[in-house]
Amino acid sequence: MYWEKEIETMDREQLERLQAVRLRETLERAKKSVHYGKRFAEMGLDIGGIRTDADVEKLPLTTKDDLRENWPYGFLACSRDELIRMHSSSGTTGRATVIFHTTRDIGAWTNLLARCMYMAGMRRSDVFQNMMTYGLFTGGLGFHYGAEKIGALVIPAGAGNSKRQIQLMRDFETTAIHIIPSYALHLSTVFTEVGVDPRRDTKLRLAFLGAEPHSEKMRRKIEDLYGFRAFNSYGLSEMNGPGMAFECPEQDGMHIWEDNYIVEIIDPMTLKPVPDGEEGELVTTTLLREGMPILRYRTMDLTRIIPGPCPCGRTHRRIERIKGRTDDMMILKGVNIFPIQIEKKLMEIPGVGTNFVIILDRADYNDSMTVKVEVQKEFFGGDLRQLEALRRRIVEELKSDILITPRVDLVEPDSLPQSEGKAKRVIDNRKD
Amino acid sequence: MISYQLSIFAENKPGRLAAVTRVLAKEKINIRATTISTSDTFGVIHLIVDDPARAEDALTKAGMTVSLSRVLAVVIPDQPGGLDRLTQLLLTENVNINNAYGFVLEGHRKAVFVVSVDQIEKAEALLEKNGFQTLDAEALSAIEPFHYMKY
Repeated sequence: MYWEKEIETMDREQLERLQAVRLRETLERAKKSVHYGKRFAEMGLDIGGIRTDADVEKLPLTTKDDLRENWPYGFLACSRDELIRMHSSSGTTGRATVIFHTTRDIGAWTNLLARCMYMAGMRRSDVFQNMMTYGLFTGGLGFHYGAEKIGALVIPAGAGNSKRQIQLMRDFETTAIHIIPSYALHLSTVFTEVGVDPRRDTKLRLAFLGAEPHSEKMRRKIEDLYGFRAFNSYGLSEMNGPGMAFECPEQDGMHIWEDNYIVEIIDPMTLKPVPDGEEGELVTTTLLREGMPILRYRTMDLTRIIPGPCPCGRTHRRIERIKGRTDDMMILKGVNIFPIQIEKKLMEIPGVGTNFVIILDRADYNDSMTVKVEVQKEFFGGDLRQLEALRRRIVEELKSDILITPRVDLVEPDSLPQSEGKAKRVIDNRKD
Repeated sequence: MISYQLSIFAENKPGRLAAVTRVLAKEKINIRATTISTSDTFGVIHLIVDDPARAEDALTKAGMTVSLSRVLAVVIPDQPGGLDRLTQLLLTENVNINNAYGFVLEGHRKAVFVVSVDQIEKAEALLEKNGFQTLDAEALSAIEPFHYMKY
């Protein structure tokens, strides 16, 4: 039941000693990067003085802005020759952050994914259909490598093409899938359409749900529709991607692998750590990353540590489902989108007024985005065709940037809440 | 002569046209003709009124998005072939009609046809040369419409 029993069930004291050793190694490596070299010098940080994981608080926090300012190589702690892979945060073009991996990094990440999937019950006898985008997004290749390491038969199906997905499941008797939860709900309607009952007509028994926060109710619904057990997967590209935290058979919180990461929950206002059990922002430090170590990364995800041991015997602490964000990032069909991206794009288009609102809806298990955009008073020339052309242009420009085709509604000037102050830019109507 | 058409950008929802007419009623502005073009969630209300400048002012003050554009208000005989003569003439010079609507004048003898075209000066000269009467804002405000027709 354990992929690596010794590590997964290591007693806390030993685990913390291991973390301290790996943290020192990480700091030695991080010092070589342009960014941390400079930060450590500015702070007068003596890395020799960091002895236990309790000293972590003395280290600088790292934000997405730091990654952006040092784009693309400012965080590298090795020569470029040692790199074998790059990945990038999903969905964004202008604000994408890039993460580089060495051979050892890919090996460690792959091992974590194998550990996660094995924990959830996947074995070499399984047929694993990976229904995630392959490419810059970490969800595709990450799981692919992990499943191969377990020795399962991997079907690299990629995202989309629902009917072919169902055909593959039937033809090759898929037992396990990796899928975005909102897509799992949508796919169930396609099953109905083609007259296939996933409970009766497929061999599905396991699912890994990732790339999108979802509620317990949504998980139960998906499990019910398919007749399999579904496990929540958490990760972000800056911390490798999936494999970072995963549910065990107890399905009660995600074990975050503390041999690979130092885990803190901080108050996003004071930036001070909060005790286990209290909600705050997840902050993590890589412990095994060679090419691009990242210290105390602010994930912007809100969660809490579930106090107490897990009945599964693993000693690595568990985090709860992600409750929200400390920033305004939206996740739509597994794509991360910031309102600022939309704002930037809109403001480049002549004829667009000052205010806009983004509305997220879910109908028939399909997420959609509507952007209401004010028209500039001076732009209006009395002609409907001119407005239609503007509307189409906005759709095209946004689509090229956020990779999702939004619905765009033009509205009268000054009819939306003002952009000054704390205007609510995003209205999320999506329910479970 | 050139006349003026008021165009108002409006979301396609209850109360938008009512908001426009409320302002005009309060200002005692007379509407001669109206047409609305819609595109799903939004549209444009076109109006011919007796005092376009004052109407534009009042609607703008009420916070509306208004545009005043030049159109031709052409007097045509209210009889079979009346409109056809006008459109055929514009076609001979390849003038494109973007929008058109009209109203019949009292007594059923004549109608006014409002055309928004791509080459207004050329169209105006063409019409006058061929004996069509075009009305300016002042002339429009003086006439009494009987009922509207919309194309």
